[in-house]
Amino acid sequence: MDEAVKPAIRVGLFLTCLVDLMRPSVGFAAVKLLEEAGCQVVVPSQTCCGQPAYNSGDRATTRAIARQTIEAFEICDYVVAPSGSCAGMLAKHYPELFVDEPEMAVKANAFAAKCHELVSFLVDRLEVSAVSARFEGVVAYHDSCSGLREMGVMSQPRKLLASVEGLRLVELKEADVCCGFGGTFAVKYGELSDAIVSQKSANVAASGADTLLAGDLGCLMNIAGKMQREGRAVKVRHVAEVLAGLTDDPPIGESPRGAKP
Amino acid sequence: MSVVATTPRFKDNVHEALHDQRLQGALLHARNFIGRRAAAVERLPEFDALRDSARAIKDHTLAHLDLYLQAYERKVTESGGRVHYARTAAEANAIVLGLCKERGAKAVTKGKSMISEEIGLNAALEAEGIEAIETDLGEYIIQLRGETPSHIIAPAIHVTKADVEADFRRVHRDLPATRDLSQPEQLLGEARGILRDKFLSADIGITGANFLVAETGTSIIVTNEGNGDLTQILPKVHVVVASLEKIVPTLADAAQLLRVLARSATGQDMSVYTTLSTGPRRPGDGDGPQEYHVVLLDNGRSAMLGSQFEDMLRCIRCGACMNHCPVYHAIGGHAYGWVYPGPMGAVLTPSLIGVAEGGQLPNASTFCGRCEAVCPMRIPLPKMMRHWREREFERHLSPATVRSGLGVWAFFATRPALYRLTTDLAMRAMHLAGRARGRFSWLPFAGGWTKYRDLTAPQGATFQSRWRARSGSVQ
Repeated sequence: MDEAVKPAIRVGLFLTCLVDLMRPSVGFAAVKLLEEAGCQVVVPSQTCCGQPAYNSGDRATTRAIARQTIEAFEICDYVVAPSGSCAGMLAKHYPELFVDEPEMAVKANAFAAKCHELVSFLVDRLEVSAVSARFEGVVAYHDSCSGLREMGVMSQPRKLLASVEGLRLVELKEADVCCGFGGTFAVKYGELSDAIVSQKSANVAASGADTLLAGDLGCLMNIAGKMQREGRAVKVRHVAEVLAGLTDDPPIGESPRGAKP
Repeated sequence: MSVVATTPRFKDNVHEALHDQRLQGALLHARNFIGRRAAAVERLPEFDALRDSARAIKDHTLAHLDLYLQAYERKVTESGGRVHYARTAAEANAIVLGLCKERGAKAVTKGKSMISEEIGLNAALEAEGIEAIETDLGEYIIQLRGETPSHIIAPAIHVTKADVEADFRRVHRDLPATRDLSQPEQLLGEARGILRDKFLSADIGITGANFLVAETGTSIIVTNEGNGDLTQILPKVHVVVASLEKIVPTLADAAQLLRVLARSATGQDMSVYTTLSTGPRRPGDGDGPQEYHVVLLDNGRSAMLGSQFEDMLRCIRCGACMNHCPVYHAIGGHAYGWVYPGPMGAVLTPSLIGVAEGGQLPNASTFCGRCEAVCPMRIPLPKMMRHWREREFERHLSPATVRSGLGVWAFFATRPALYRLTTDLAMRAMHLAGRARGRFSWLPFAGGWTKYRDLTAPQGATFQSRWRARSGSVQ
């Protein structure tokens, strides 16, 4: 891509609350990938997409958060999130929140139309077909539910991962099956969530991969937390870290001094 | 409601199901449907177009349900049958019991019917001394066991082959101990032998209906065993119990829906038997009942029309949603605690027994969306589960801990500047506390998480704080 002659696209990075709070390195990986693809990245002041309220039935709070988010990103050409779940919330569910408020509905629809999940944005919109990154490892990729079923994210991360030097991608059985996270579900129905993530953990272990990647930090923290509790040695990272070549930070849930049982 | 719901104790049910090793082994079979459906869809390129057409047929019918019900009743009457309307489960049972008593019936055979389960018909019949014999093999097995179906199309999916052999040996007194029953075919043969006599001696045959056709007054059932045919042809009286949303306008519409039904359910192109039944035996007919009755059940469904839950009335009971549900795979059908399990049950149960009783089910979903992705009728199941959560929240039925936790979070989440400051401080502190291992195996207020898995420690300062330090300004 000839960056010099194209006016830079202004991309607002919607961090997601989990990346903002728990794993900023994913945010910096997203910035690097977007900037390398010729985008100007801005980070408007933000909190959360509102899913905890939305999925708990609290529409009033969800609407307040949605309003605030839509306004904050008004200056952006696109809104990109390193998460299929949060991108799905912005792109598919915000418009539903304002069906009885015509003025806000117009804004929500316009906002929704410019929201994307990070990796599919890189491949589908910016036509990125390869990254310049190196990662030594045998990698399995988990398809997070909302990314897969709401945002159509499936081939794009695999395509870019195939261009990472040193990386070998292996098939993960039931890669498209939920990991049992489900936001507050993981805590409200802990035992049920545990049964589902245990199955995921077993499938990851059976894949022979030494690293598990996915595009959603919630799922990743759930799977990493389970595998660590079970004493499994698989490392877990957000796919953006590997694609950006920013893997100096320890994997999810590991200390800088290396994994300890 | 005739069937007592254990849904309010859902979490206890989950705990028991997860620790039931026999059940966990049996549940692995539920996943076999996934590959079969996928293969059937693969063989039919127009499958998604058929889904759109199927949805349109049902939406149209529901929008004009009163007209089609009247047309249907007229046709049934013209063909010599009779339609009975039942507002509630109790009314439906009373109608069926009345028909039985008037005819002095002592034994009835039954084809598989979820409506019969919903109204608790077997118990109502037996309370009046009338023997009810389930003739679908799966239903027959669970009847012997005194259980309810754990799946809407595979009622005995929670039962193993060894269980069935033990049940047969317990109940079939004449069965020689030396008879080999180790193979499914041998079990089938044994059940068939017993049921033959029952088919021939029954006074009344009761079936459900997959579709009721307004154009002709026809009821349609699909089965794989042929038991439904024997149930509705051999006895003198055939009674159909069905809910009112089973109506479709024409035979062509029914044919269109049949094209998505079996493919979505079992991965078959068509079920082995698709049987159409119109009125009683006519002069010159080779067989058929002398009387034909239809008990049309409402039981809360008409209240769903025009509500946020109307889409649920499109459901054709294929079971694809539960076949693809990670929650169903983990716990099976009985844990849901009422008649209908899986995602369709999670939406329908609160509609039929109330959100106060059934409210656990729409909450117990990760919203993974796999159910909606495979639903032949494109029913937005997660969206409707969310609507139930909204109803609960509005009526203050959600647990107090959830509400107060949500309230604190909402306070900060709607104040970005305060949120940035407090989260930054909190994450720095948590980072220091978890630095040694990079994660926590226990943390106050996070017990629901750390009971089962470790909790990742944050990397330190938040992204927003680092970004502003890097770029030196707030955007």
